[in-house]
Amino acid sequence: MKKSRAIGGILIVLLLGGAGAAFAVAWRPAIAAIESPEPQSFDADLVKRGRVLAAIGNCSSCHTVRDGKDFAGGLAVPTPFGTVFSSNITPDAETGIGRWSEEAFRRAMRFGVDREGRHLYPTFPYDHFTNVSYEDDRALYAFLMTREPVHASQHANQLSFPFNQRVLIAGWKLLFLRPNTYHPDPTKSAEWNRGAYLVEGLAHCGACHTPRNALGAERANAAFAGADVENWQAYALNTQSASPVPWDKEALYAYLRDGFHPDHGTARGPMAEVVSSLSSVPSSDVHAIATYMADISGTPTPDRQRQAETALSQAKSGPTAAPEADSKGATIYAAACASCHESGRSLPYGGVNLGLSSAISSSDPRNLANIVLAGVRPVEGERSPIMPGFAASMNDDQIVALLKFLRQHFSKEPAWSGVEKTVEEARRTQTVVLK
Amino acid sequence: MVTLKVNGRDHQIDAEPDTPLLYVLRDELELNAAKFGCGLGQCGACTVIVDGKAVLSCVMPLVLLESKQVTTLEGLGSISEPAPIQRAFMEEQAAQCGYCIAGMMMRAQALLQRDPKATDEQIRTELAPHLCRCGTHMRILRAIRRAARLMDAAALSNDREGSAQ
Repeated sequence: MKKSRAIGGILIVLLLGGAGAAFAVAWRPAIAAIESPEPQSFDADLVKRGRVLAAIGNCSSCHTVRDGKDFAGGLAVPTPFGTVFSSNITPDAETGIGRWSEEAFRRAMRFGVDREGRHLYPTFPYDHFTNVSYEDDRALYAFLMTREPVHASQHANQLSFPFNQRVLIAGWKLLFLRPNTYHPDPTKSAEWNRGAYLVEGLAHCGACHTPRNALGAERANAAFAGADVENWQAYALNTQSASPVPWDKEALYAYLRDGFHPDHGTARGPMAEVVSSLSSVPSSDVHAIATYMADISGTPTPDRQRQAETALSQAKSGPTAAPEADSKGATIYAAACASCHESGRSLPYGGVNLGLSSAISSSDPRNLANIVLAGVRPVEGERSPIMPGFAASMNDDQIVALLKFLRQHFSKEPAWSGVEKTVEEARRTQTVVLK
Repeated sequence: MVTLKVNGRDHQIDAEPDTPLLYVLRDELELNAAKFGCGLGQCGACTVIVDGKAVLSCVMPLVLLESKQVTTLEGLGSISEPAPIQRAFMEEQAAQCGYCIAGMMMRAQALLQRDPKATDEQIRTELAPHLCRCGTHMRILRAIRRAARLMDAAALSNDREGSAQ
């Protein structure tokens, strides 16, 4: 009896201790609400800087829904754990961040905690934003607090137990959030360091291009190794890149600036939004990003360099003779694709030379399936590549035949497996996108 | 030889399987409503309906058309008996040079068949791939709205006749 009571006592102490420790780890105080500051109280130059930073951070991609008000949130972000909705970051006092002080904003960026002290889900990429400087947070705050306030209440996240328990996020942060660890590398150039600061911080490129572990955190040992995001494949950007011609600084810059590159292809899906956002960013910052990313891509091996030169010289030698129509895929290609892709005109007036296309050389046929189904829409007011979608003209079997032909004819990589399933999935999700 | 079903009739076509549908329609069957604009699927002038969906016939090889129904503008109505979409385009005087109009009508027809209550926003999005250099876009929009009303009225009177019997 006594013994069991003693054990019970120990258990209670342990439980209380555990709860206390969990509380200490998880609890964050609220930061006092402020009166919404007048837009005029912010320095105009600071706001202007904040606008550029918000474009680098591509904030609107998640915080503005299609046809919605700027920064009013409400985007459903699918995660392996359920759906998380983006929040309203306009200065609306009731439903936005109108009553957040600069300190509260900075805490959210650095540590993923909202003004009231609740842990934010890491769909908000504070694992990157924690690297953003004090001054840049200040400018971002000034920019957001001078936007038009929009009254739009937060959608409730659709997460099952236990993922709907925000206390879990505190544990996640213990494991994966590393504040104050980013430092410039004095052995590298100023431009490289500027690029590293942007890429690893505000631009949060790894959020899409780095694969995640079972707990939804980026795998540090697989940085930029490519990942699946929003029904697209974010390509590997490190040495595992499958691009027939290795990326270099100039190509990266041109691609980020224009949204296409003749030796690689066209930015589509979420990457098209990134390029559109970057269009308002000064070229010096885009150059810096390209410089750092070129370093991530690494110096190609002599073997890879040789293959690239072969691919390029084949592409430059003009259109190859249309392939013998020995399969259904080849026949479809000859009538539906070759007229643009073998026109001999360079992007954006002709199609990319498919021997150089990342979509065809990539390990996953997903992007190619998406683009064949939906095409490429023109960018308003710019000279940009366009392509008609073939969702209405081809059934799944026909698209599968085409994709298999393209892979076999234009890539040296092995055949894809599961193309049927990919095409079926792509068509299903495409209808959602088109709505 | 392949069998091509166009406007309800079967045609025996002697052409390579990678021949674009547009060439067969214009050169073999002399159905000239669908136009050759760019030949690259970028202007919409060649649009026809295949199994209820608007497709660009210049980038649509014959091999994709096995056992499918093709409808061209000629299949909707005639000069003496225009279909609602054709009547509406005439009544709104939506054509200037007219080169893009057959394609526009076919895409609009497919949309209204699928969704008779299509909103302005839907019409604009749906017709975005179609280029018109004369700039009659506002008339085209009005014509499509008018066609929707005409189709609606026709459906209503059909219903009434049906219930009277």
